[in-house]
Amino acid sequence: MQLTGAQALIKSLEQMGVDTIFGLPGGAILPVYDPLIDSSIRHILVRHEQGAGHMAEGYAMATGRPGVAMVTSGPGATNIVTPIANAHMDSTPLVVITGQVPTANIGTDAFQECDITGITMGITKHNFLVTTAHEIPRAVAAAFYIATTGRPGPVLIDVPKDVTQAMMEWWWPETIEDLDLPGYHPESAIDGSLIAEAAALIAAAERPLLYVGGGVLKSRASAELLAFAERTNIPVVTTLMARGAFPDSHRLHLGMPGMHGMYAAVTAMQQSDLLITLGARFDDRVTGRLDGFAPHAKIIHADIDAAEFNKIRQADVAIRGQIKDTLLALDAATTHVGDIAPWWKTIDAWRDEFPLAYDPQDPAAQLRPQAIIEAIAARAKPGTIVTSGVGQHQMWAAQHWQYEIPGTWINSGGAGTMGFGVPAAIGAKAGHPDRTVWCIDGDGCFQMTAQELVTARAEGIPIKVAILNNAYLGMVRQWQEMFYEERYSEVYLSPDLPDYVMWAESMGCVGLRARTMEEAIAAIDLANTINDVPVVIDFRTDASEKVFPMVPSGATNDEILVHPSQRGA
Amino acid sequence: MAVPEPYTGVTSSSPVRHHILSVLVENKAGVLARIAGLFARRGFNIYSLAVAPADDSQRFSRITIVVDAESAPLEQIRGQLNKLINVVEIKDLAPKEALERELLLATVEVDEETRQAVLDAVAQANAAIVDVNDTSVTLMLAGTPAACDALERQLEAFAQIELHRTGRVALPRLSSEPTRN
Repeated sequence: MQLTGAQALIKSLEQMGVDTIFGLPGGAILPVYDPLIDSSIRHILVRHEQGAGHMAEGYAMATGRPGVAMVTSGPGATNIVTPIANAHMDSTPLVVITGQVPTANIGTDAFQECDITGITMGITKHNFLVTTAHEIPRAVAAAFYIATTGRPGPVLIDVPKDVTQAMMEWWWPETIEDLDLPGYHPESAIDGSLIAEAAALIAAAERPLLYVGGGVLKSRASAELLAFAERTNIPVVTTLMARGAFPDSHRLHLGMPGMHGMYAAVTAMQQSDLLITLGARFDDRVTGRLDGFAPHAKIIHADIDAAEFNKIRQADVAIRGQIKDTLLALDAATTHVGDIAPWWKTIDAWRDEFPLAYDPQDPAAQLRPQAIIEAIAARAKPGTIVTSGVGQHQMWAAQHWQYEIPGTWINSGGAGTMGFGVPAAIGAKAGHPDRTVWCIDGDGCFQMTAQELVTARAEGIPIKVAILNNAYLGMVRQWQEMFYEERYSEVYLSPDLPDYVMWAESMGCVGLRARTMEEAIAAIDLANTINDVPVVIDFRTDASEKVFPMVPSGATNDEILVHPSQRGA
Repeated sequence: MAVPEPYTGVTSSSPVRHHILSVLVENKAGVLARIAGLFARRGFNIYSLAVAPADDSQRFSRITIVVDAESAPLEQIRGQLNKLINVVEIKDLAPKEALERELLLATVEVDEETRQAVLDAVAQANAAIVDVNDTSVTLMLAGTPAACDALERQLEAFAQIELHRTGRVALPRLSSEPTRN
């Protein structure tokens, strides 16, 4: 069967089971948009290529299937660089297809030419420049294989226009060998002797802790984690990337560790004598000052990526493999656990003394952002997906929403990409049309990518957006207040400019505003009844509200600052 | 007389503790940029780098990288390199386990007074004359990095037109066990 390269590209995506592409056409990718008309694949036309990338990420994080984005060459390609970098940091499986100028024009500074494989070399798991139409099926199949196996990540396929216009005889790589990846061996069997060593460390530990990272979600190991934790009674912390990997309501769960983590979670890591590290990477936002991090802890480090071992913290036992397999093996090998009742007594005292706290909502005062998140959560159906941008609202959303199910918390962790929330919510909702998707956003973040609400309305993707509008770049403001003597530099945004309600309505969404708790509840209830168009609620919140607990930058986790109401004299 | 083999790994061309990575890669466009980019963004230092096709099929190339083992733990360098999809195999060689060689080519100006001294230096170093004209001599030495260092120092006495070194290639010594693979 003779096909054009463009037809082969679309057919290859169909072969991979792709149901949704987020994209925006342009000159170099034009040939591929023609066979797309005849394809069963849904294309969601974004308003900016960055939106396509973050939507694909949201789709991937919500469904566990790789997200696919397609854009043109030059600025189309550079506009999607931020989502690619974001997906690389958070190990999100993404396949990004970029058009490229015709092969003969590469290297001549042709119109809309840019070396996107060069630009993205350091922020993709791999990338390809396809030089013949015959290679297209292999490139697509290899891209999906690389993106989804081992430690997942973004893969970019750059396709010159003449390649998509050329004819090829259709074929499909049926085996891994056909992918021609002699250097890629993503999986490895668990080393049983290391499991035995780990089990011995667990048996000897007095203060063990399960330090759970995003790898547990990638490895779909939540059930195995729950079984292991319940059998051993070992306490659990879940990092920002792992929220939802272990039920927040579970008695063994101490919450999120790190810079804005729960006191008990942060302090348990500090005092632990054994960190059972699962798919986590000792990120600086978790460890605080490294030389003071968990000073008494031995380290079991389980990860699919061997390069994470001993990168930040020396491991006593490093186990390479899928976290799911490691947990099953550990569960089988762990015959007994030391007496950790005293450890639990200590932890429970921390939990009692320093729960998550904020000043109660004064009916006459501006809204407390934490109270808004709790009010939305209290009215949300189980399985509701939450996305966020980056900043204070992100931390509050991570702290004050109870995550019970994997894939219900979607945020930008490693890269800290402002503006992630709205397009990620659209992608998540496209992947799970039956679920409610709330984007908890800040006013600063919202302004970066809000135009994608036009996409959401046009494509019939009814997400809900809660803007915690404190009229500031709030996290920067918090740092300036606490560490720069309240010298506020370039952080004020105005609550009224833009008018978020009018803006939402001009984009075809329902726009609501709430200044009091009563208005807030009414707006949330109304939003929950609207399922045909996106809803945006402008919550006017108190700009002086700060995220606590907080470990100041450069401090050790022992120097954690709890909420002012919890500080002794 | 050949200069004795170095066993410390420290030579004037790589004055701190170094390690040799022999990296088999797919011979694909951009693979060298991927490796160089990885070293640059992770802060790993390269002392020398030699690249050549590794087999007749042109499918693979061999890159011999001398790395500064003090700029980053070798385990990290190997681990990150191994994540590059086009990297097929990495062998690392500690200097004392490695048979290292490189090629030095130099063109030196000579006159009636210096010609014999240059020839003596060539003979002493087991180097060879590969080209001559009335005013200059081109010589080559295939030898250990230390031998190349020594010859280079000797040639500093003469008016050099140009001196190039390839960077080293290496194989495990037969008398010692090959290192981790």
